[in-house]
Amino acid sequence: MIPEVGHFALIVALLTALVQGILPMLGAAIREPRLMALARPAARAQFVLVALAFACLAWSFVANDFSVQNVATNSNSELPLHYRVAATWGSHEGSLLLWTLMLGGWSFAVTLFSRNLPAPMLARVISVMGLVSAGFLLFLLFTSNPFERLMPAAAEGRDLNPLLQDPGMVFHPPLLYMGYVGFSVAFSFAIAALLGGRLDATWARWSRPWTTVAWAFLTVGIALGSGWAYYTLGWGGWWFWDPVENASFMPWLTGTALIHSLAVTEKRGAFKSWTVLLAIIAFSLSLLGTFLVRSGVLTSVHAFATDPARGVFILAFLAIVIGGSLALFAYRAGKVGLGGTFGLLSRESMLLANNVLLMVALASVLLGTLYPLFLDALNLGKISVGPPYFDTVFYPLMAPAAFLMGVGPLARWTRTPLPELAARLRWALGVAAATALVTPLLLGRWSLLVAFGLFLAFWIFATTVVNLRQRLSTSPRRGTLAKLRANSPSYYGMVLAHLGVGVFIIGVTLVKGYEVEKDVRLDVDESVALGGYEFKFLGVTPQPGPNYRALTGKVEVRKDGRLIETLAPEKRIYNASGQSMTIAAIDTGPWGDRYVSLGEPVSADATNIHGPWGVRIYLKPFVDWIWMGAFLMALGGFIAVSDRRYRLALKTRASRVFGDAVGHAGAD
Amino acid sequence: MKTVRWSIPLALFVVLIAFLWVGLGRDPREVPSPLIGKPAPSFALHQLHGDKPLSTAELRGKVWLLNVWASWCVSCRVEHPLLLQLAKAGIVPVYGLDYKDKPDDARAWLAQNGDPYTASIVDQDGRVGIDYGVYGVPETFVIDRLGIVRYKQIGPLSVESLQEKVLPLVRELQK
Repeated sequence: MIPEVGHFALIVALLTALVQGILPMLGAAIREPRLMALARPAARAQFVLVALAFACLAWSFVANDFSVQNVATNSNSELPLHYRVAATWGSHEGSLLLWTLMLGGWSFAVTLFSRNLPAPMLARVISVMGLVSAGFLLFLLFTSNPFERLMPAAAEGRDLNPLLQDPGMVFHPPLLYMGYVGFSVAFSFAIAALLGGRLDATWARWSRPWTTVAWAFLTVGIALGSGWAYYTLGWGGWWFWDPVENASFMPWLTGTALIHSLAVTEKRGAFKSWTVLLAIIAFSLSLLGTFLVRSGVLTSVHAFATDPARGVFILAFLAIVIGGSLALFAYRAGKVGLGGTFGLLSRESMLLANNVLLMVALASVLLGTLYPLFLDALNLGKISVGPPYFDTVFYPLMAPAAFLMGVGPLARWTRTPLPELAARLRWALGVAAATALVTPLLLGRWSLLVAFGLFLAFWIFATTVVNLRQRLSTSPRRGTLAKLRANSPSYYGMVLAHLGVGVFIIGVTLVKGYEVEKDVRLDVDESVALGGYEFKFLGVTPQPGPNYRALTGKVEVRKDGRLIETLAPEKRIYNASGQSMTIAAIDTGPWGDRYVSLGEPVSADATNIHGPWGVRIYLKPFVDWIWMGAFLMALGGFIAVSDRRYRLALKTRASRVFGDAVGHAGAD
Repeated sequence: MKTVRWSIPLALFVVLIAFLWVGLGRDPREVPSPLIGKPAPSFALHQLHGDKPLSTAELRGKVWLLNVWASWCVSCRVEHPLLLQLAKAGIVPVYGLDYKDKPDDARAWLAQNGDPYTASIVDQDGRVGIDYGVYGVPETFVIDRLGIVRYKQIGPLSVESLQEKVLPLVRELQK
């Protein structure tokens, strides 16, 4: 009964989404307030209906209703409750329902925080979101119904993929989708602005907080996914340039470019068409990511569900949504003009350079991800592009971007005299260079790559300090605290996010430069020394889990003869699927991780678990700084949107330009 | 002129869609086997029924299919009706390689689901499977009169794969 309620809710949600997608848009075109007024209630109703469907599916999982195919395939009565809830989005169908729920949630949020938007603008924004929603609901209902019944009902479920039975996987998909789907708001604003023919600073100001929040969620989502890969895949890598990872990383790169370009459009009125294009691209890449992951066009370790029939639907949907948007862009963008002018050396030019670098990086990732597909389509053979390509192409592009990150915030809008800029940067350059030269020596081994990476990180830190000092010294307030308070949250958000990038670079550089690993055969009570630590293997003991049997190893870690940690790496065999999983044990510290994972028993008799084992040991200096940096970036994003001026300014500006009057790009 | 410039993103996107469309029709799992065009690895294994061994030498001079299957394999059930039809039609003999399986289970499975195989050989420890580069059950090989592997299908046979690839190839080889 409950699954049918869910199914019915989805059907009604589709009809509601169609009303939401068509009528308010029509109303905006013929200036009929009653039709435009439908936008809010329709969007809210649609969200409630999709949430109801989602709750029904979650209930089916929690109640172990194995007459629902989705539950029978992806759950098991032995599965602990929190993973049964997470299994709701563990399948293809469930994750698409989550996608749709997120889209509904963002639409709902727009209806709440849009009191000051002009009615035609709001109607168009909500309509665009409704149309995208309708597409996803159609996809769900026609190709991926999560409530499909299984006749006769299965006695027991096949269990959730063991890889997904992990705390990280409970939070990773919802956060990632929050970000992915969140770009739909900026996209809808861009389309609404193109349709309305009004692309100005007001539009940029409306889009900014939405974009930043979506970007921050996406950052956390990607970081969690990377952390999950680090400790569950058992070989200690944190990024694999896997197509599915790239699918989430490409919208992130575009979103980063969009945030910066929106800043210029809002404050200086420049880059208008470029910003609109970025908003379209960011969401298009979210859709493309969904297509790549769900269609089976690319194989990847992540591709949990693939089906070509679904691929055709998503491809058609992509063609309509993205093709339509880009056609609208081609038709309208030429009419909005390019906006303000700026000098060769100015904050605008720096941000433009940053945008260009980010987009070239995006293009290289997109090319690397799709290259195997292109070759195959042209009958040139099947190949796969691995980390060597991405490492060679990506890092050289990001290095100048990181360098510019230090210069940009110090440059003035419109024009900065070179001597002034140089004077400000001299000090920072000296500090960064000196630190970069000395630090690797302190860490034991000097290498050019490490020194260069550290230079970039310290350059970002040092220029941030210069920037902060300059802000304080020119402030008219008295007292340091008052001076600090005078700066806006959006400024501090920017500072924090940039520092996050520096922290991230330190993590990447040092783990790449100084990690050590050892694959050894260890007998019970045998020890191995690595990087000043001694690891003693004490054998394995069988241990039952809720839905798996585990062999838990015991490894003592000593430094200078003193016991500092006992690690318990596991090897699990899941009851229902018979799949095995390696759970690494990690001793985490601020200066690095000690990472131990179990290989296989290596005695002559392969079934003897009490003999010697293959054990993998890694020392990963500063690896947690990678995720720490990502969280700082996201935190910066959240702090930036807490800025009151978005709410206040919205009111005054909206009342000023209400209706169809063309707003002017205002200086801040 | 201006509109042309603003249409560049659209044009790029159209190209991308075209590639994705072609890509959809491809199967990324269709990895070419290094065995194609090479002699089929030889084996001499016990048959599932009776205790006579069967070796590749005995199969020289005819076109045959080697179908890798197992009683524990779920997707084998998907292609099984097709194999039964194929056996009934008598176009080409199908030999089964019962891969990493218990002979009792395998015999029970065939008794229950029907036996399409001219003969099935037992590869209990998977050695022959390794020689043939099996990386998932089911797999099907087409082997010609000279004992050379001509085609390999990974995953279950389908009506399309039989009609478009396997059967035309078999007919040509049998000429």
